[in-house]
Amino acid sequence: MYRTPDGKEIFVIDGHIHYWDGSPENHRNVHGKQFIDCFYAYHTNLSPESERWEKSKFVKYGPEDVYRDLFIEGPDDMAIIQSTHLRDFFNTGFNPIERNVTVAAKYPDRFIVNGACDPRDGEKALEYIHFLKETYDIKGIKFYTAEWNGDSKGYRMDEPAAYKCLELCEKLGIRNVHLHKGPTIIPLSKDAFDVHDVDYAATDFQGLNFIVEHCGLPRLDDFCWIAVQETNVYGGLAVAMPFIHARPRYFGEVIAELLFWLGPDKLLFGSDYAIWTPRWLVEKFWAYQIPEDIAAERGVQLTDEIKEKILGLNAAALYGIDVPSQRAKLAASPVSIAAE
Amino acid sequence: MHASESLTARERAVWQRLDRVTDPELDEPLTDLGFVEAVRVEKETVTVSFRLPTYWCSPNFAFLMAEGIRREVAVLPWVRTVRVHLEDHMCAEEMNAAVNDGRSFAEALALREEGGDLAEVREIFHRKAFQRRQESVLVALRALGHGPAELAAFTLGALDRIRFEDPEARRQQGRYREILGERGLAEAPGDPAFPDPDGVPLTEAGFKERMSALRAVRINMEFGGALCRGLKQSRYKEVVSVDGEPTLVDFMLDRVPPRSAAG
Repeated sequence: MYRTPDGKEIFVIDGHIHYWDGSPENHRNVHGKQFIDCFYAYHTNLSPESERWEKSKFVKYGPEDVYRDLFIEGPDDMAIIQSTHLRDFFNTGFNPIERNVTVAAKYPDRFIVNGACDPRDGEKALEYIHFLKETYDIKGIKFYTAEWNGDSKGYRMDEPAAYKCLELCEKLGIRNVHLHKGPTIIPLSKDAFDVHDVDYAATDFQGLNFIVEHCGLPRLDDFCWIAVQETNVYGGLAVAMPFIHARPRYFGEVIAELLFWLGPDKLLFGSDYAIWTPRWLVEKFWAYQIPEDIAAERGVQLTDEIKEKILGLNAAALYGIDVPSQRAKLAASPVSIAAE
Repeated sequence: MHASESLTARERAVWQRLDRVTDPELDEPLTDLGFVEAVRVEKETVTVSFRLPTYWCSPNFAFLMAEGIRREVAVLPWVRTVRVHLEDHMCAEEMNAAVNDGRSFAEALALREEGGDLAEVREIFHRKAFQRRQESVLVALRALGHGPAELAAFTLGALDRIRFEDPEARRQQGRYREILGERGLAEAPGDPAFPDPDGVPLTEAGFKERMSALRAVRINMEFGGALCRGLKQSRYKEVVSVDGEPTLVDFMLDRVPPRSAAG
């Protein structure tokens, strides 16, 4: 719950968080070390100085840390955990679903845990989606299209193997498809940040919602174009958010483009915890106004009503969260810090 | 930024050539971005080491930069051999071997089957660089009071007569002129100064739309630029001075105070 300076209570769903183990003991090889080092560089580089963590805490934190940072010190009411396996780099995976469900079980009603799968695994991927639904009753799933797998250097969401996964998700009622389309990570010979594959998939699977994480940055224009055509395409703001501190004017330009093209109902707040913590992001976001010249150019502004949608109401609609009853449920079990 | 006083004339010449190599995605010189880590000159052999902001930076862009370094340094008349060394990158080994043997990217990473041809990527980003430079010139001209109608009628000759006072605007003017020529979009003084990347001239009616498209290109490129600069600095944080003496990296990151200030 975020309480605004004038006392209004804002329901916050953090659309993108992780509960990872990037500790040296879990590194399978140098890629594991380089992966968490890269995340840490994002963290130190875009966080305000007061919010920076020691490396030792950053590489591996406990469930109590997550709970405190998000819900006690942080303003989140709920958070969506995006599973990321990366078993080629980490012995027990980076933040696999088995790990994520432990923190969700410890703190009921707080988390939505999403699965992840790789269409290139063929039949196994389909079996795995069945397993995810039966075991964890997932409502959402993440695809990481730039991930390497054996000789493959990535895949597209409009390939037949991906379509099979999407067909199955639709059939099983896994309606929210999160696609990592953003910076970092090994695109190879092609412009692998390309987002056009989403266009085809979104057209062909009208029963699914496609949440493009990181808004396709640095391909924001292509993403906006697609999102205008397809009513079931959404933008996740993780990684765009921290620019609100490091480059506030630039953040205004990005948000203005998104509001101009997509409108206020298609954007989801995400901290990308533990790369960034949500408190300062939400506080700065609530206080933020798009600079006047940019706002005038695009005819948009971040009103309180729009901010409230981005911070929680839009995600609640996608995940079928009834905000008043969820508020009541959470109020009945107030936050508490476990003995530390 | 690499103004270490101990540079020899040849080292200085190499650094000057390196100013001409850009990160294709950001359209900024590698030397400004601080990616070049060391230049070593031994007689007629030059070794350039560079390091990118992360271990995961796109191999395709890394390869284009490595090729660019090789090409630009080889232009110096006294240079016989150029060796490029990409450090701390997931594909460093394959890429260093390939670039130094003059092999292609496809050969370097065995990508033939997926058509690992960089020509397409190079063209995509050359267009973007063109658009970004054009936007900065148009914005600078607007700040001088030139309206849409006037800008649509601007010729190359008129652009060349503009003398910006702001050094950044002047720099962008030069860079825009250069890329106009590279793309063969304007050569004679009477040619329209602001064609789109396909050569379609700017019109007054299309001005708003053009600026909107150019802004989108810049927003994308700035995202990369801001991220890369920051990540590069974070990555270099582990580097400390040896025996209290600043290293070349310190010079590149402007961490060395001017001598007068240092007292």
